[in-house]
Amino acid sequence: MKNKNPGLSLFTFIVYLFLLGPLVIIAVTSFEPGTVLKFPPTGFSLKWYHNIFEVEMFMSTFKTSILVSLLGNVLAILLGIPAAYALNRASFRGKETLNAVFLSPLLIPGIVLGFTLLKYVVIAFHIPIYASLLIGHTVIMLPFIIRVIGASLAGFDFAVEEAAHSLGSSRLATFFKIVLPNIKSGIIASVLLAFLESFNNVDISLFMTGPGVSTLPIQMLTYVENYFDPTIAAISVLLMLITAGFMFLIERLLGLTYFTKQ
Amino acid sequence: MSLLQLENVSVAYDQQYILKDFNLSVEKGHLISLLGPSGCGKTTTLRLIAGFLDATDGRFAFGGKDYTRVPINKRNFGFVFQSYALFPHMSVYDNVAFGLRLRKVKEDEIKKRVMRMLEIVSLGGFESRFPQALSGGQKQRVAIARALVIEPDLLLFDEPLSNLDANLRVNMRVEIRRIQQELGITAIYVSHDQEECFSISDRVAVMNKGIIEQLDQPSVIFQYPKTEFVARFIGFNNFIAFEEREDEGSFYSLRSGDYHFHAAKAPGMPATMKGAIRPDDLIAGTLAEIQPGDNVLTGKVKVSTYLGRSYQYVVVTPLGEFTVNKEMQQPYANGQEIRLLFPSEKLVLVE
Repeated sequence: MKNKNPGLSLFTFIVYLFLLGPLVIIAVTSFEPGTVLKFPPTGFSLKWYHNIFEVEMFMSTFKTSILVSLLGNVLAILLGIPAAYALNRASFRGKETLNAVFLSPLLIPGIVLGFTLLKYVVIAFHIPIYASLLIGHTVIMLPFIIRVIGASLAGFDFAVEEAAHSLGSSRLATFFKIVLPNIKSGIIASVLLAFLESFNNVDISLFMTGPGVSTLPIQMLTYVENYFDPTIAAISVLLMLITAGFMFLIERLLGLTYFTKQ
Repeated sequence: MSLLQLENVSVAYDQQYILKDFNLSVEKGHLISLLGPSGCGKTTTLRLIAGFLDATDGRFAFGGKDYTRVPINKRNFGFVFQSYALFPHMSVYDNVAFGLRLRKVKEDEIKKRVMRMLEIVSLGGFESRFPQALSGGQKQRVAIARALVIEPDLLLFDEPLSNLDANLRVNMRVEIRRIQQELGITAIYVSHDQEECFSISDRVAVMNKGIIEQLDQPSVIFQYPKTEFVARFIGFNNFIAFEEREDEGSFYSLRSGDYHFHAAKAPGMPATMKGAIRPDDLIAGTLAEIQPGDNVLTGKVKVSTYLGRSYQYVVVTPLGEFTVNKEMQQPYANGQEIRLLFPSEKLVLVE
């Protein structure tokens, strides 16, 4: 295809430069052999990648992050699937409001949400750190689950469900045998997306972590405050690879256009 | 005794009645159609019988038992949807087998029955296909097979052919009638297409605003609509308001202004002051062809349209405008004076 608009090409190039430039710089600096983050790097070394696995705090917070994201995901799915189903299937008063409430964590700044959760839920009810971390992450994952599964359900003909009823299937059996298999890809996509959102989250975790319990992104912040070696660049590269891997999976399962349809 | 009975059933949403004191009874082995414009309550009636809707009031009896509160999945009724509603993630075989598996039928018995049913709907060899690989007509036949294989006590059709193209529609309705008669199943069929309803039904119920205006054999409704609504719905476009009616034994003698008419009596025809006739049944002719007299009006052609086989004219007469169809080579000119003859056996009285 011939490009007839040099202005647009330049503009696109600049946008990509600003989007991808920092990532490239981080990736390149992660191979710096010296002890200080430097660009351009003075050589090539994988020692800071090795160092990630030497720092005990990274390993333990990585485990916490994985655990919180996975458990939170399970909770969000258990809450989110019935919610998405009800929002799509039933018509009742206040449905729009309820929908807005479920999606509000997307709209409210994380700092505000984190602070509110801390002050009015965690402190007010004396919730232990692990549990509060889990609650916070479930809350931020819920909108992704409901939105993506909702999009799946919007394309589902509920007459199919009625057909199963009329053939003798109970409501619950129909949900598991007929509805779930047809929104399977939506569920998988929502789980992956929610996992990424939770795993990379900083603002909510900031309020929900405490002495001895932290998530990987928070630990990374703390690390940067004290050290300036390329370990942080190396770990960022690994996280980017994980994210890219997930997005690749979603693209393969559904196509990314799935999220831009509605 | 009738198999199915709706007694004074009402359905309301937000204080708005969709059905009010609705009554219907269906004989065993019959196919009965509910015919009417959208919003007349025909689909509501069907969904009520299926159990998708609860009645606000009234009683639904089936086979002598009270079914009003029996849940959908315990009714053993087959339902065929307008959108087919096949299970997208299952093969044709699994779609049809679904109801049998729920009934804990043994797999080899299931196989026998599914295969036989697919033969009946002419889909032998399609069992491993998935719904998205089927055409509309094939999908609908799978849906019918799926509803039939459970040997339902009642088969319900919700505009099953309206998503198909015209030729397929005619073939499918013959198929539906054949299968229904072959298996002797009682069925209720909802459609807004009168030709479809008339061609496959034992009885047709013409519905309007939540009530049945007329319930009879198709041929009776076709010739003798009882009400103006039914008459209009099945193509009686011409109405005459009479001022006087006299019973002459085998016919009524009627008068409107200076014009006199005869209308042959028929069993069940209401004695009213409103006459109706189809455009096809009116006879048009030149002043030379039709002599003035009883059952004749003189008028001027106002609009003429070509229908393919015939021409349709709107004729202005002293009693109002009438629409008439006539097969002819050379059409009448606009403004030409012609006469209309109302055959007394075709002129019916309606409420």
